[in-house]
Amino acid sequence: MTESVSKESSLIADEGLDKGLARLTSEKIEKTIKTILTNETGARLKTYVSTCVHCGLCSDACHVYLSNRDPACSPVGKIKQTIWEIVKKKGKVDAQFIRRASEIAYTECNLCRRCAMYCPFGIDISYMILIVRRICHKLGVTPHYLQDTAQSHSATLNQMWVKDDEWVDTLQWQEEEAQDEIGDLRIPIDQEGADFFYSVIAPEPKFRAQLIYQAAVIFHSAGVSWTMPATPGWDNSDMCMFSGDNEMMGRLKKAHFETAMRLKVKKIVMGECGHAFRSVYDVGNRWLGFREPPIPIIHSIQFFYELLKEGRIKIAKKYAKTVTLHDPCNTVRGAGLHEMIRMIAHETCEKVIEMHPNREHNYCCNAGGGVINCGPPFKNKRVENNSIKADQLRNVKEQGAETVIAPCHNCHGGLEDIIHTYKLDMDLKFLGDIIYECMEKPEE
Amino acid sequence: MHAVYNFVSGPLLWVSFILFFGGSVYRIVSMVRMAKKTDPVVYHFWSLKYALRSIFHWIIPFASENMRKQPAMTIVTFAFHICLFIAPLFLFAHIILFKASWNISWMYLPDTVADIMTMIVIGACIFFLVRRLKLPEVKYVTSCSDYVILAIVAAPFITGFWTFHQLPGFRIMGIAHILSGEIMLAAIPFTRLSHMFFFPFTRGYMGSEFGAVRHARDW
Amino acid sequence: MINKQNWDWENGEKEIADIGTWKDKFLGVEEPYPSPDGEKIAAIVKPDEMEFSVCENGTVWEEVYDKVWYLRFGPDNRLTALVSDTAEWTLAVDQAAWAHRFDYVWDTHFSEDGRRIVIAAQKDGRYMGVTDDTPWETDFETMNNFSVSRDGEQTAAAVQIVSFQSGDIFKFQEGTYSVAVNGRAWPNNFVNVWEIAFSPDNQHVAAAIRVNLYDYTIAVDGVPWRQTFNGVWEPQFSSRDSSVTAPVRTGGKWMLAKNGEVLWDRQFVQLWHHQYSPDGATIAAIVAPEFGRWTVAVNGKPWSITFGDLVTDMVFSPDGAKVACVGKEKGQWSIAIDGVRWPGAFDMAWKPVFSHDGNNVAAKVEKNGQYSLVINGKLLQKQFDMIWNPIFSPDGDKLLIRGIKSGETKYYRQVVPLAELF
Repeated sequence: MTESVSKESSLIADEGLDKGLARLTSEKIEKTIKTILTNETGARLKTYVSTCVHCGLCSDACHVYLSNRDPACSPVGKIKQTIWEIVKKKGKVDAQFIRRASEIAYTECNLCRRCAMYCPFGIDISYMILIVRRICHKLGVTPHYLQDTAQSHSATLNQMWVKDDEWVDTLQWQEEEAQDEIGDLRIPIDQEGADFFYSVIAPEPKFRAQLIYQAAVIFHSAGVSWTMPATPGWDNSDMCMFSGDNEMMGRLKKAHFETAMRLKVKKIVMGECGHAFRSVYDVGNRWLGFREPPIPIIHSIQFFYELLKEGRIKIAKKYAKTVTLHDPCNTVRGAGLHEMIRMIAHETCEKVIEMHPNREHNYCCNAGGGVINCGPPFKNKRVENNSIKADQLRNVKEQGAETVIAPCHNCHGGLEDIIHTYKLDMDLKFLGDIIYECMEKPEE
Repeated sequence: MHAVYNFVSGPLLWVSFILFFGGSVYRIVSMVRMAKKTDPVVYHFWSLKYALRSIFHWIIPFASENMRKQPAMTIVTFAFHICLFIAPLFLFAHIILFKASWNISWMYLPDTVADIMTMIVIGACIFFLVRRLKLPEVKYVTSCSDYVILAIVAAPFITGFWTFHQLPGFRIMGIAHILSGEIMLAAIPFTRLSHMFFFPFTRGYMGSEFGAVRHARDW
Repeated sequence: MINKQNWDWENGEKEIADIGTWKDKFLGVEEPYPSPDGEKIAAIVKPDEMEFSVCENGTVWEEVYDKVWYLRFGPDNRLTALVSDTAEWTLAVDQAAWAHRFDYVWDTHFSEDGRRIVIAAQKDGRYMGVTDDTPWETDFETMNNFSVSRDGEQTAAAVQIVSFQSGDIFKFQEGTYSVAVNGRAWPNNFVNVWEIAFSPDNQHVAAAIRVNLYDYTIAVDGVPWRQTFNGVWEPQFSSRDSSVTAPVRTGGKWMLAKNGEVLWDRQFVQLWHHQYSPDGATIAAIVAPEFGRWTVAVNGKPWSITFGDLVTDMVFSPDGAKVACVGKEKGQWSIAIDGVRWPGAFDMAWKPVFSHDGNNVAAKVEKNGQYSLVINGKLLQKQFDMIWNPIFSPDGDKLLIRGIKSGETKYYRQVVPLAELF
């Protein structure tokens, strides 16, 4: 097989990858890979590798490929440079190969699963990229920022090193803030027997506490019974799922589900996050042995949709600016919530312009799958690798769209960088932002 | 020459049939068994309804987004696969042989139709070859074995065409035709041509996950 | 154990307070909590704007605070709340605030008899445990998994021993965490420390740890097991021989290990929350014998019934002869005892409660927004707007029901002989 080197630079310095590489020996690489291939893979990987006819039809699925037209960035191109070689050489690959494989797996693929919809055979490329990540995790060659996040998860059970007291303190602070607006509003902490537990990702208490405030106002206005826990287990995010640390993913999901069980809630409503949904809905739960989430998981998109449909929240004045919708992979290809996003947008906004392709065929923001969590070293590449999204946004902007609604944290991060770098000058909103802004609130 | 003909049309034919049928059964059974052990998730989440929903969208021309985006590829692929199966199975000359050997026969195609179908297969193979050579994203992932496989598939049709039209050297081409057909049959279970029988499994599993779990389309 | 002998076990119903009237007296009333003996009911209230206090049986505490949260009765019926005044936090017990003040307090624990009260606290960015107003002598950079022994005399937590700069992933991987028992850290550090367990005699501590990014094990009094695993869950001490058991994961399957060696001969898709019977003779655990099916395994042998969604709230009878749990199948919750599912499916079911002799079992359940009790498999016809866990009398013949009847706002405590329940 001819080794064609990707145009993608492998020279981006990253402490995690570089120092990790220094610890590798060829024996360690081979042994680690063999152990994983033997113990953790089997029929699926074998069938995928032997069924792929190298037709390249998955290329047009990938926003990275569509952005730079580098064949090394097509889904199958990434597979060729990683798992095919690993399988073919039975783990006899060198450290530089692992360096490149790690960079591909962690920073050039968002595990968005769009390629599975373009491959005639439905080959699950994101599954194979996850095997590569698993190998890199076991070899200790993970991007610095992502690894730091994974380690935060292990030490605190949340993504952002939020300490136990900081969490509750933040909730109480937001409750107090919100009480200036609505006097009898509460963020009920650790209220056993509430209808649902509202779970968020750690960046909310850390950087975007107003989102908790907004959610509290929406829930209060809708008159629902809800609670947030006083204990770890409140964070639904999961970078361990993306770093390849499956065991830690299991520990995180256990804490999350058991918090819901302890609180005796009937469901978990989760904030506007995509990857966390994937983690609690059909990945982490399965690792623990649950066929489905033991306590039903309702994404905010669905919850807002239900509140609006049942008339529990009413819109006072529609959002005046023209909006467009960005479909997050993990709630669209991952949960089919796209029509609900549209219903909410049409109920709350004066004018909605669609980006194309959309719904299940959306282009990823290029931040998901842990890519944005690989941090500043890879930021420029991440933004350059999604010019197709910039084109999409520019197109709707020319048609008059001023605001992008993206009901996902990672999408926000990714789109924010794209909007800034490509000078698109558009606002970015969560559904919760729009609903909070436009809803009827109780008189105070 | 006659001895060679007897060998390829006798023992070798049996060998290729055994390799094809035996190999296919072996590959499928071992995959299904292995999956039970290593990938039970496939069994846990397999949904016949959604597997079929997905498979149907991928065996009907232009029923999937990607097929619509690649019209030439879609037409050629469907024409290729249809002709690849129909032409040899319903070729008068083949059915005659079955009749002579085992006294079984079935409906056959007019020779002109079969001839056109053969040309379609050959043309499609040329199309695939050009794709591999010219399209950067295909070229990048093409290995030697892809050309070999393409040759294995094209060979029986080229030689068959040659023999049927009695072009110069058609006798030796006749033997080459039988031999190449046998090689293709035998190669199916042991090369990427096995996508022929793994398609329903891979597509069906993805369809099950997309449909039953994620409530989304996968086409 | 709490002494229930001196509680009022006279048959009959006693109205304690009309919570409905509290709403008129205060700007805000949070959810009420009754005392274990049912004689008191309390809620956090807002007497005025920006003021918080506690209303107990209709009487409001004398002090008002900037904030009050985590209102909890101890097993001895003392009422505690975490309170803050001018940004200083402490615990108030029956109105009396502790003398020590902190920047934040949380996670109130009680000894089994309620005599000791323990909280986690943070002051000037340093973390410590506090028992009955006495903080640990040492404080730490971070602290979590705060745990208390049954007698409340010992406290322990996962603490950070070595500082590392934000983002220093390699320092972290060298091991920066340990277990501090009563503020004194074990001599060795680990990459991670999670669930902490005390021995029944309160003298030993075991913790689930990770020694590098990949290898998990159990450390007992600071010494890790020789064997490592792909995963571990909470350890437990045996009351018989002070051995330690924990669920461990190897080759993708979970097993129960004792002092590092595999104990049960059976592997599970999942195995967690194992418990010793009070006499230490039996071990029960929540297990998934196959993917997506959950049950209880007693001494390694799973029940024949399984639940598809989950099993939780597993509990031994005090004599150790029976095991009960809550299970959920297709969204419906129910109770199971010794492998037999009780009739009736609910929107929610709470942890079953045994009588002291183990002969009677009761559990709180919810259906269509109304609460009731299931006793020995039979659903009480009476419904409540709110009910709390029932409590059996010491002789097991009577049940103390604490609740607010349907359509009412009055909180009652009621003692009913089991024979008269149905």
